[in-house]
Amino acid sequence: MKKIFLYSFLIVTSVVTLIPFIWMLSASFMPDGAASVFPPKFFPDEIVLQQYRTLFIRLNIAKNFFNSIFLSVIVTTISLFFNSMAGYAFAKYRFKGKDKLFNLLLINMIVPSQITMLPLFLMLKSVGLINTYMSIIVTGMANIFGIFLIRQHCLSIPDSLIEAARMDGATDFQIYRKIILPLAVPILVTLGIFTFLGTWNDFLWPLIALTDESMYTLPVALSNLMLEHTRDPELMMAGSVLTIIPVIIVFLALQRYYIKGIMMGSVKE
Amino acid sequence: MKDIKHSYSFTSTAAYFFIAPALIAILIFFFIPVIAAFIISFTDFDIYALGNFNTVRFVGINNYLRLFEDPLFWLSLKNTSYYVLLATPLSIAVSLGAALLLNSKLLKYKSIFRLSYFMPYVTTLVAVAIVWRFIYHPKFGILNYFLGLIGTNPIDWLGDPNWAMPAIVIMSVWKSFGYSMIIFIAGLQNIPEDLYEAASLEGANEWQKFKSITLPLLAPTTLFISIITIVGYFQLFAEPYIMTQGGPLNSTLSIVQYMYQEGFRWWNMGYSASIAFVLFFIILIITVIQFKVQKITSK
Repeated sequence: MKKIFLYSFLIVTSVVTLIPFIWMLSASFMPDGAASVFPPKFFPDEIVLQQYRTLFIRLNIAKNFFNSIFLSVIVTTISLFFNSMAGYAFAKYRFKGKDKLFNLLLINMIVPSQITMLPLFLMLKSVGLINTYMSIIVTGMANIFGIFLIRQHCLSIPDSLIEAARMDGATDFQIYRKIILPLAVPILVTLGIFTFLGTWNDFLWPLIALTDESMYTLPVALSNLMLEHTRDPELMMAGSVLTIIPVIIVFLALQRYYIKGIMMGSVKE
Repeated sequence: MKDIKHSYSFTSTAAYFFIAPALIAILIFFFIPVIAAFIISFTDFDIYALGNFNTVRFVGINNYLRLFEDPLFWLSLKNTSYYVLLATPLSIAVSLGAALLLNSKLLKYKSIFRLSYFMPYVTTLVAVAIVWRFIYHPKFGILNYFLGLIGTNPIDWLGDPNWAMPAIVIMSVWKSFGYSMIIFIAGLQNIPEDLYEAASLEGANEWQKFKSITLPLLAPTTLFISIITIVGYFQLFAEPYIMTQGGPLNSTLSIVQYMYQEGFRWWNMGYSASIAFVLFFIILIITVIQFKVQKITSK
C-alpha cells in the first residue's frame, strides 16, 4: 500500500517536472496560432514542420546552431588540454610557489564572473576581437574548477608509474600524453561534459561579446528572436527544442560521468 | 633536493611549461580583468571614454556613494534578496524531499525518476525561460489551465508585480533542484546504515529517525548546498531578462541585470563596475559565513 502510494507520487511528480518539455516539443509541431487557444492543446492535431522550416529558411538558425556547436567543441578541446596539463603539474610536480599558487587559484573561485565582463569587453574591443569567435574561445580556454578537478584525479595516480616511464627515458610530455591522459579519461569526460554544456548554455558573456545576428550562439539568437515573436509560441518552442535537444542527448549519453562530477565538486573542502 | 617521499625528481622546468598555458589564460582573461574592474569602479568611465580613453577621470568612491542614493539600485538589491530568500528554502526543501524519496529502499527503477528530476538542471536556461514564459501566459498558459481545473482564478503571473517574482522563483526551483538533490543523495548514502538499525531496535519511528539521525548528519551537506544555492541565486539574470525584462514596474529587476543595463546599454562602465563589486562583496560575505560556521560545527 505504502509502495503504491510512493510510486504514484514519484510518477506524478516526474511527469509534472517533464511537462514543460513535453509541451515545448508538441507546441513546436503545431501550425501558427494552434498553441494560443483555450483550453490548451497538449498534442498537435497534425504534426507540421512549419516552425522548423521558418527557423531554418527564413531566420537562418542553422548558422547559430553551427556557432554553438563550433564554439562548444573548440572551447572544450582547448580547455581540456590546458586544464589537464596544469592539473597534472599541480598534482605530481614540485616547483617553487606551487602551494601558494594553487591556493590563490582556489580562493578566486568565489569571484563572480560578471565582474570580469566590463574590462574583458574593453580589452577585446581594443584589439578588435569583439564579435568574433575568439571572444568566446579566449575566455573559456582554462578554468580554475577544471584544474582543480583534474588535480584531484591525478593525485590518485601512483608515482611509481611515472617513475618507471622516466627510467625508460620518456620525456615529461610523453609521460603526460601516454600515461597520464589515458588514466585520466574518466575525469576528462566529466570535465568535457561540464565545459561543453557550460559553453552551450552560457548567455551573459555571448550576449555582450557577440553583436551580429550571424555570430550569435543559440541562446542569444533565441533571446533576440523572442523580442519580435512574443506572440508566436509555436515558433519559439521550435527554437527551444533545437537548443535543448543536443544538450539532452549529450547528457543522456554520458550522465554517469556528469553526476559523478557533481559529487566530486561538492567535496571540495 | 631529495627526500624519501619524493625520491623521484620531477624537474620543475617541465612543470612550468605544463601550467603556463592555463595560468597565462587565467591571468589575462580573469585576474587582470578583475583588477581592471576594481580600478574602473573608481572612475567615471562612460560612453565618451569608449571613444577616447583620455577622458576617463578618477572620481574616488563617488560611484559607490551614488549607489547608496540610487533608488533603482536599492530596488534591484531588494528584488534579488527577496528572490534568494524565497527560492533558497524552497529549493532545499524540494531537493531534500526528492533525495529522501529516491534514497528509500522500498523502491526500484529509481534511476529513471532521478533522471527526470535532474533533466531541467542540464538544459539551457534561456530556452526553458522562454518555455515558461508561455506556460505562465495568463490566457493560454497551461499553468493557469491546470489551476483552473482545481478552481483557481487565472493569475497574471508575469504581468502582476506581486506575482512576477514568485513566478520566477517557481521556475528557478524547477530548473535547479536536481543539482542539490544529487548532492543530498550522496550525503544520505554516507550515513551509516547501522545507526538506523540501532534506532529501530530502540523503537524509534521514521520521523524520529529523520529528526535525530538524518538531519544532524546531513547538516554539513545542507550548509554546502545552501551556500552554493544562495551564491548562484544572487547572480540572477537570464530569467528576468527573458521572462519580464525586469518588469512589471521593475519588480523583477535583479542586481546583475541592473549592472548589465548600466554597463552595456548606457555604457556607464564606471558605475556598472561598482555594482559588480557590491555583488562580489555580498557573495564574499556569504562565503566567509560558511567557512566560519563550518569551523564551529566541525569542532
